[in-house]
Amino acid sequence: MIQFIARRLVLSLPVLFGIVFVVFVAARVLPGDPCRAQLGERATAAICLDFNHRNGYDRPIVEQFTTYLGNVATGNLGASTKTSLPVTQLLAERLPVTLELTFYALIFAIGVGVPLGVLSAYKRNSFIDVATMAIANLGVSIPIFVLGLILAYVFAILLKGTPISLPPSGRLTSGVTAPMLVEIWGLTTLQGPPRAIIDFLSRMYTVNGILSLRLDLFLDALRHLILPAIALGTIPLAIIARITRSSLLEVLGLDYVRTARAKGLRERSVVIRHGLRNAILPVVTIVGLQLGGLLAGAVLTETIFNLAGVGRAVYDAITGRDFAVIQGFVLVTAAFYLLVNLLVDVSYAVLDPRVRA
Amino acid sequence: MAAGLDAVVVEGTAARPANLWRDTAANILRQRNAIVGLTILVILVLVALFADQLAQWAPDTVLLDKEDGVRKLMPPCVHALGCAPTVPEHFLGTDTNVRDVWSRVIHGARISLQIGFITVGFAIVLGSVIGAVSGFVGRWVDNVVMRFMDVILAFPALLLAILIVTVLGSGIVNAQLAIGIVAIPVYARIMRASVLSVKGQDYVTATRALGASEPSILLRRVIPNALTPIVVAGTLDIGGAVLNVAALSFLGIGAQPPLAEWGSMIGLERGQLFNAPWLIFAPGIALAFTVFGFNLLGDGLRDALDPRLNR
Repeated sequence: MIQFIARRLVLSLPVLFGIVFVVFVAARVLPGDPCRAQLGERATAAICLDFNHRNGYDRPIVEQFTTYLGNVATGNLGASTKTSLPVTQLLAERLPVTLELTFYALIFAIGVGVPLGVLSAYKRNSFIDVATMAIANLGVSIPIFVLGLILAYVFAILLKGTPISLPPSGRLTSGVTAPMLVEIWGLTTLQGPPRAIIDFLSRMYTVNGILSLRLDLFLDALRHLILPAIALGTIPLAIIARITRSSLLEVLGLDYVRTARAKGLRERSVVIRHGLRNAILPVVTIVGLQLGGLLAGAVLTETIFNLAGVGRAVYDAITGRDFAVIQGFVLVTAAFYLLVNLLVDVSYAVLDPRVRA
Repeated sequence: MAAGLDAVVVEGTAARPANLWRDTAANILRQRNAIVGLTILVILVLVALFADQLAQWAPDTVLLDKEDGVRKLMPPCVHALGCAPTVPEHFLGTDTNVRDVWSRVIHGARISLQIGFITVGFAIVLGSVIGAVSGFVGRWVDNVVMRFMDVILAFPALLLAILIVTVLGSGIVNAQLAIGIVAIPVYARIMRASVLSVKGQDYVTATRALGASEPSILLRRVIPNALTPIVVAGTLDIGGAVLNVAALSFLGIGAQPPLAEWGSMIGLERGQLFNAPWLIFAPGIALAFTVFGFNLLGDGLRDALDPRLNR
């Protein structure tokens, strides 16, 4: 098992290297003139000369790459061209928001998608099956930004004043605050990684609500996350439902399932205990593959629902032509995505002993 | 390969001689999804072709001096449905720049269909060439090329596209290019797999022994084998490509105003959601409808063309 993980880890190193390389190429080689690309067309030659020298753009390209590689390896992703703040700091502040959103979107996608898929396979070719698959097809076809705006319109405007109206933007209702946990716990003197972790958790408001034992904060944060999570989770939901259905149908056609039926087991028990257990592998893969899409989708979702996560930061960086932030986010996301796929492979090995060979 | 043999045997026992194209067409027509998808796409193509006739105005026309009583952000008005005859008729209202939304949405069909076909066509051509060369040449070339494809696949598609567009500069052409580049590895892999599976086959060796040139082997033996999965993947991809280009446009780095592209229309009028929702919903529904059509057709094609599913 450890050998398997080690081998997969080693195999993903070249890909990680490639990711850094692609981002570097995009950053330094393609735009031709990084100075004008970042400072605008009107930058004078003198300004550019100074800018290029300051950023090392006048060095040989190989040297630039090794420098960049070294920077990335030590966690230096450069500084925002607009605010001069380190990109790493921006990511640390914004990532909790995005991860929290992604988490709830995934919970929604799995929690609804898998049962829908099972139901659809269980009642194969029935009205429920056809309707579910039609909705799943529609689900993958609606752009996140359209669905998000429709949800915002329905739940914030049409249903305004009803108990199920939901806020269309922001993370908390004004008046509700989420103080950092270190302040609540009186640990403001804490430094280093423990502090960073606690701060990270504090910025996920639902986690903050739980850890500080404040139900009002937890519920308010959750209410603000429902619409974004649905908007972001719908495409994965549809895909998960489809894969669950087809994978389950395939398994249900196998001999051992017939044996289980022949033993006189109830159909529900056959489908859930015998079928789903063996049909879940492809679903695990798909969940892993969807994570990349979720992180990319966060750019759209956070823009629509005005959540101050990394996605929103990327949108602001796009409009403000802030390359360092975009590169940093793309790099971190791709690395994260790689890690997730690694975990998926490992979970495969855990779930299915044949894979380890 | 076993599936291929089965197919041959089954076809051999059929009463009338099998015809690939006729069988395929019949298979496709048996798929409910494909029929619905095809219908949607035919409607869209007709709308795109006759956009000038269907639309009351050119998509970029600012109506301020051209029509009496027109204002910005007028709600939808259809006289036949009881809208006062004194109000100028705009099926889907007007936008912030006093343009007719109906005309813009109709013309958007043209743009989105073009985007879909061009983007995926670009990816298919480039991906196929890369995959074919990689598979045919083999050795280190294959290794380097395919590892590079792995790296591209390691990025979430939309993010890599955002990176590429911010580097190349905003615009509809660059957005299509970016989405196309991101899609290349899929086709390269399909083509390469097909080349590898065919390369060592006896009938290819026989063709070569008969004096056929390498390009002719590629064209007549390899590509036909790869065509089915590529067409299926391509059709399924068009919806995604339209979606992703629209997303780039929504973010402001794809289609630029005043182009009547659905994603950019939504992005620009996003702030009007609460007082003029039709500005969002009209292009949004059109976009979803288009992607839905391509996805259904792609699903149907896959079910019809994948022999393993022909149970």
